[in-house]
Amino acid sequence: MNQTPIERAGAGRPSFKAYVTGFLLAIVLTVISFALVMKGGGLPYWAVLYGIFGAAVLQILVHLHYFLHLDASSAARWNMLALLITLFIMLEFIGLTLWLMFDLHYRMM
Amino acid sequence: MTTIDASSAGEFEHPDTIANQAYGFWLYIMSDLVLFGTVFSTYVVLSHNYAGGPTGKDLFHLPYTFGETMFLLFSSASYGLSMLAMQRNRKDQVLMWLFVTFLLGLGFISMEINEFYHMILEGNGPERSGFLSAFFTLVGTHGTHVTFGLLWMVVMMVQAAVKGLTPPVQSKLIRLSIFWHFLDIVWVGVFTIVYLMGVM
Repeated sequence: MNQTPIERAGAGRPSFKAYVTGFLLAIVLTVISFALVMKGGGLPYWAVLYGIFGAAVLQILVHLHYFLHLDASSAARWNMLALLITLFIMLEFIGLTLWLMFDLHYRMM
Repeated sequence: MTTIDASSAGEFEHPDTIANQAYGFWLYIMSDLVLFGTVFSTYVVLSHNYAGGPTGKDLFHLPYTFGETMFLLFSSASYGLSMLAMQRNRKDQVLMWLFVTFLLGLGFISMEINEFYHMILEGNGPERSGFLSAFFTLVGTHGTHVTFGLLWMVVMMVQAAVKGLTPPVQSKLIRLSIFWHFLDIVWVGVFTIVYLMGVM
């Protein structure tokens, strides 16, 4: 039993390299997001919208992988499963709320 | 004192104790994610109900938001360095990086309070429009989490300094790390949906 508490806590051994990689990727993605909105005046609206959402989803994955050490390993399996179920629940109520409320808004106009 | 030490050591003799506690905390984080999901969807529904009041374009200053984002991102990274120091059992470094994380988090929350203060002072408080009610609810809920994270960090700095890096202290530091990284993830959603989309 020479595992450290962090390893036993369900994720791989955090390393300096992983934190630096995650940190640099997060900075790049943040800069891309802000630059798209602040400097991307010539781009069409949808391109900026897809750009910032793509960067946000990528950045969330970067945080989960490099900072919270979430991956497909057996140690993180239950954490991953709980996250996937939660995302499924969120997809349902966020999606249905927006669908219902915007449909209502449209019909009331 | 000896009996307390013996009983707390007994609880942590089981090799899975810290893992189970971290997983239990992870499940709490999942429920918190659901809470943020409801507040995000409320915000998106109300985000154009200006009631003749100011819009995101009038209120948000993106370089300012970028500064807040950097404070939170650097604090997430410095908490990671504290975890690495904990692995090497270096109490002094754990305390130093926790303190750096605390200062960066304090920088973030100070900027947010300053932003709220000026908005309310100019009559653009939560009562101004549906958009602003939803804005203060969403960003304020995140800010409240950060504030409690900072309080927790103070408690952990005292515990680590007084008790040393005992298994219970390490277990709590791991759970605080999950909480802190999670708040940075929520902030990615906040600056994308509230601030960036708000000025588009």
